[in-house]
Amino acid sequence: MNLVTVSGPPSSGKTAVILKTIDSVQKRGLKVGVVKFDCLYTDDDILYEKAGVKVKKGLSGSLCPDHYFVSNIEEVTQWGLKEGLDLLITESAGLCNRCSPYIKTVTAVCVIDNLSGINTPKKIGPMLKTADIVIITKGDIVSQAEREVFASRVNTVNPGATIMHVNGLTGQGAYELSTLLYDDKVEVKTLVGEKLRFSMPSALCSYCLGETRIGESYQMGNVRKIDLGDKK
Amino acid sequence: MITINDIQSKTLTDLFEKYPFLPGFFEEHTLELNGNLDIKLVNYLDFLDEEEEQENRAMDKSQVLGSMCTYIDQMLAFLGEDEDDGVHSITLLPGTNKSGEAEQFGELTIKKSEIVCIVGPTGSGKSRLLADIEWVAQGDTPTSRSVLINGEAGDSKWRLNSGNKLVAQLSQNMNFVMDLTVYEFIELHAQSRLVEDIESVINKIFAQANDLAGEKFELSTPITSLSGGQSRALMIADTAILSKSPIVLIDEIENAGIDRKRALDLLVGEEKIVLMATHDPILALMGDKRIVIKNGGIHKVIETSDEEQNLLSDLERMDSVVQKMRNRLRQGEIIKKEDIGF
Ligand SMILES: Nc1nc2c(ncn2[C@@H]2O[C@H](COP(=O)(O)OP(=O)(O)OP(=O)(O)O)[C@@H](O)[C@H]2O)c(=O)[nH]1
Ligand SMILES: [Mg+2]
Ligand SMILES: [Zn+2]
Ligand SMILES: [Zn+2]
Repeated sequence: MNLVTVSGPPSSGKTAVILKTIDSVQKRGLKVGVVKFDCLYTDDDILYEKAGVKVKKGLSGSLCPDHYFVSNIEEVTQWGLKEGLDLLITESAGLCNRCSPYIKTVTAVCVIDNLSGINTPKKIGPMLKTADIVIITKGDIVSQAEREVFASRVNTVNPGATIMHVNGLTGQGAYELSTLLYDDKVEVKTLVGEKLRFSMPSALCSYCLGETRIGESYQMGNVRKIDLGDKK
Repeated sequence: MITINDIQSKTLTDLFEKYPFLPGFFEEHTLELNGNLDIKLVNYLDFLDEEEEQENRAMDKSQVLGSMCTYIDQMLAFLGEDEDDGVHSITLLPGTNKSGEAEQFGELTIKKSEIVCIVGPTGSGKSRLLADIEWVAQGDTPTSRSVLINGEAGDSKWRLNSGNKLVAQLSQNMNFVMDLTVYEFIELHAQSRLVEDIESVINKIFAQANDLAGEKFELSTPITSLSGGQSRALMIADTAILSKSPIVLIDEIENAGIDRKRALDLLVGEEKIVLMATHDPILALMGDKRIVIKNGGIHKVIETSDEEQNLLSDLERMDSVVQKMRNRLRQGEIIKKEDIGF
């Protein structure tokens, strides 16, 4: 089984791109499944199911969705193996701009869209900077120049990545993407012992633990203070 | 190949002089440049050794340095390309349609400054054809077509190099979304293309765009407030002059607020290969050839005959009749039989 992690800002087109890509992968006779990770709510599982794709979803609730992802990715991998999948894709909404669910040996795809503004690439952080493949969507509604400028910003932030344009509506570019996602020489059996590309900060402060009162005396653990420039 | 050792003990001042595009990398990586630039790169990056910075950025010094080397290599390669490396022609070799039947053409070569139209019902395979070209298909896509560049089997560098896309696209539903004036917009695009004489490029594009547009606009006009025709005019002039892509795909150009003939002339004059999906007879007859697509495959290739081309002036006359009527309606006037004039 091959494993691919797809992440990206909310509504960037992850599901649309994955669905179109799965179309091409299935035509090659490969069995694909998806696990969607989100925070509070998602409908994506219904979309995948409609397309006849094996799907599971996991909601992290009050936890950082990326922390939740790592805590569960091995179980999810075993599910995929049990289902006899050739390709397992995880979709996670990049809600935490600091963390990213990328694992060193697993193909990491980041989906961002042309409408998000040219300063987005520098804001997204590790999810974009450390991806292997960056997919840019919604090129059908912006001008050629804006597409070129956006792609060049993405390239500056992550010069090592493969950058592709995929249209989530028409599927243009999805076949091409599919050729990069499955390699029959790769065989994932377990992720135990594999490593994240980056450590995820624990961010454990008193508020993580249920504190509701405001004020310095209630703050413990990993607390950071804003720099308002009036330090003596 | 630039290595970390080549750059790390140089000062920022020296590096920026040698690689004028490098400040852009610092900017996008939110590496601030307001201090002393006569400091060695490796020392400048010392702050990344702090745990908090590493946590925030999820990048350590060696990763930033590695990424910077890759970036410098790419930009140098980009700047080093000259005209001769460019695309002079593309050739399509037949594959199969959706039913697996062989496509009905021998081989189709399209050269710089040629206009080829693509016709056929929606969903018939126009996007697939375009995707085959963009991906430089080598018998490895669903249609099994092959695409040759300059008569040779395609170089796969076109596939994955984002700064070097083979096809630029212009279509009816594209809009400007950035909050910029016309001047700032062209400037931004020119900067991303590492253009040296930005002012003259801005002026050239601005002049050409105004030439194509029915109503004039200013350099200080916000791009989002341009009319449909003006937007189209600016997009075409900008793509013709600034886009590096040798092939331009146009998906219809509505006949409103833009001189379509001159728009095509501009693209052809800038030595683009023009592919145009259209069912507008006037545009179709401006093409040298047209590709007919059916059931996912190229059904045939028709050369625009002299006879067809002779119809163009009649069609244009008919078109101007309709245009005039449209204007009359807009003015609140009555349309009469005489308006038709033939
Ligand atoms: N015009 C256009 N719309 C697109 C494109 N890709 C996706 N969309 C639309 O954008 C919206 C969001 O797409 P999704 O695929 O649901 O995005 P997502 O990233 O999976 O969203 P979440 O999972 O909720 O974070 C949908 O309405 C899509 O139809 C594209 O290339 N062009
Ligand atoms: Mg989704
Ligand atoms: Zn997080
Ligand atoms: Zn907390």
